[in-house]
Amino acid sequence: METLAGPFVAALTLQAGYNAALVAVGAAMLGIAAGTSGTFLYLRKRALVSDAVAHATLPGVGLAFLIMVGLGGDGRALLGLLAGSAATAWVGLLAVEWMVRRTRLSEDAAIGAVLSVFFGFGVVLLTVIQTMSSGRQAGLEDFLLGATAGMLFSEAVVIAVGGALAVVAVMILRRPMTLVAFDPGFAAAQGYDVRRVDLAMMALVMAVTVIGLKVVGLILIVAMLIIPPVTARFWTERSERVAWVAGALGGAAGYLGAALSASAPALPTGPIIVLVSAALFALSLLFAPARGVVAAWLRHRAFQRRVHLRQGLLALARQEPILERYTIRVLEAEGLARADGVATEAGIARATKIARDERRWDVAREIHQDVALTGRYDGLTPIEDVFTTDEIAEFDRRIGAPVAVGGGS
Amino acid sequence: MTPTSLTLATSDGEAQRDHAQIAPMAIRGLTVAYAEKPAVFSVDATFAPAALTAIVGPNGAGKSTLLKAALGVVPRVAGDVSVFGQPLERARHRIAYVPQRASVDWDFPTTARDVVLMGLYPKLGLVGRLTGQHQAEAMASLDRVGMADFADRQIGQLSGGQQQRIFLARALAQGADLYLLDEPFAGVDAATERAIVSVLKALKGEGKAVVAVHHDLATVPDYFDRVLMMNVRAMAEGTVAQAFTAEALATTYGGRLEATHIDQLGLARA
Repeated sequence: METLAGPFVAALTLQAGYNAALVAVGAAMLGIAAGTSGTFLYLRKRALVSDAVAHATLPGVGLAFLIMVGLGGDGRALLGLLAGSAATAWVGLLAVEWMVRRTRLSEDAAIGAVLSVFFGFGVVLLTVIQTMSSGRQAGLEDFLLGATAGMLFSEAVVIAVGGALAVVAVMILRRPMTLVAFDPGFAAAQGYDVRRVDLAMMALVMAVTVIGLKVVGLILIVAMLIIPPVTARFWTERSERVAWVAGALGGAAGYLGAALSASAPALPTGPIIVLVSAALFALSLLFAPARGVVAAWLRHRAFQRRVHLRQGLLALARQEPILERYTIRVLEAEGLARADGVATEAGIARATKIARDERRWDVAREIHQDVALTGRYDGLTPIEDVFTTDEIAEFDRRIGAPVAVGGGS
Repeated sequence: MTPTSLTLATSDGEAQRDHAQIAPMAIRGLTVAYAEKPAVFSVDATFAPAALTAIVGPNGAGKSTLLKAALGVVPRVAGDVSVFGQPLERARHRIAYVPQRASVDWDFPTTARDVVLMGLYPKLGLVGRLTGQHQAEAMASLDRVGMADFADRQIGQLSGGQQQRIFLARALAQGADLYLLDEPFAGVDAATERAIVSVLKALKGEGKAVVAVHHDLATVPDYFDRVLMMNVRAMAEGTVAQAFTAEALATTYGGRLEATHIDQLGLARA
């Protein structure tokens, strides 16, 4: 492990050379921008639109290259390529919007159509460029899967400036975007132009896609937009915090991923960032406190246990046989019954109490017409949580003196 | 703060004058169509100040669509809407709209308090800071619907009735003069229904106009002062005593309402 850990720590602490440091910082900034701006797209349930937008950048890259070469310039000028990719991405985005609005196509179908057509056109353009005599085309494939060989200072500046602008835009637009994502009808009634807010949301995502293309490539940029918000959702119940947590997670994934890829010669940056992001997602999915899979499973088990405990005690009270093995195990674990299903002293006491509570509930339903109170009967909520001691005393007065049950055996 | 409160005072003065003279909402010839099928056809309606108005009609009668089109939420083919005598855009801030509860995803990451604060977003603008004053307004609105104890719950953890009350609290936070509610009693428990009715009656007492799409014909005379009966077209409009008649019900619902059901409502035949 020493062989990998050494360079990894060096890359983490930005000691692995100028280029590795540049990539790590640039990827972190891209992660922050992508996580925050992707959040509202995810909350609007339109995450996949970003996939169409990303694929629609490719023909723009090819067209920009051809135009710049045709004008006698350097076909690889970064800002020119990014402007081209933004232009076709915007056309693709408007195409999706138009199809959903004006035709009977649903959004998923529109996304599929735009994505494949634009991507196909982009691949054709790139193939044509490959066969051109000019030798200056090298590097355009980076837009597909991301660059493996570091980052130019100019690229880092584009990411830093663009990313900062995207985060500022999220801060400014967070209220209309939240409103439109949660309740578009209410937003429209308040005078917000829902279509414009949607387009602004998409434009933001498009901007982040374009600045991130060179680092992670158009196929994987979608992961940087979607995985962090989905991960953040496990940790908070408030939309603004989802955005900021997603930014932090995206930044962390970018930084860690870039450091990892710098510490081994052949590891590509973009895919490693996505894998780190996915690892954070998997951890959250499993272990998040309220929404995680493990927590949900434990809650379900605890609930199931309470149901079995109650049914077992009721069976003891009524001196009925207990049929389910799990019920007996629960009673036994609580010290309420023996392995053969015979109640212990403590079991008899609890069974008497639970049977009495059932009678109390019956009385409660007779005298309380208020459904709000009696509606809280689920067989598991203790009666003491719903009614006062005085009320319970009144129920007891109507029932008569306590009767021991289940004690004979 | 001074200039703001000055403007507020002036607009309050206008509001009082309006209540005496100008209808909170007047709809003329409103038509909405999905594809070429009219959902609302050439409806005229006037919602009165200091009154509770019910919009009733069978399923698919365009009741919700009427509200949405009046607010510009769905596009209208034709028709004109004025709000307190002004064009909609000028008076939008005086309207509070409560959409159907089922129209949103309640798993959305937001708390009851945050939803109510959404009612203040137009006032806050894009970057206006959320102050303690705003928080207090939101809490007061939650308190009015009996939901103050649930302020920090994620909205998905609330019952249907509680969710409906949160929506009403959001409208209250807007401090509007006209309240448009889309089926506020759909699928709520009896306690919530009572709570909502008492809030709506209190609003009426403050001189506000309240309009609600309503389904339960039996409670119309108890809850409402006025009624608009529609089935794509407007069928009858007026006070409950004038317009909520057996004949009007029969025309509005066509064959869809049993004669015996109408009899059970105990309405006087004109």
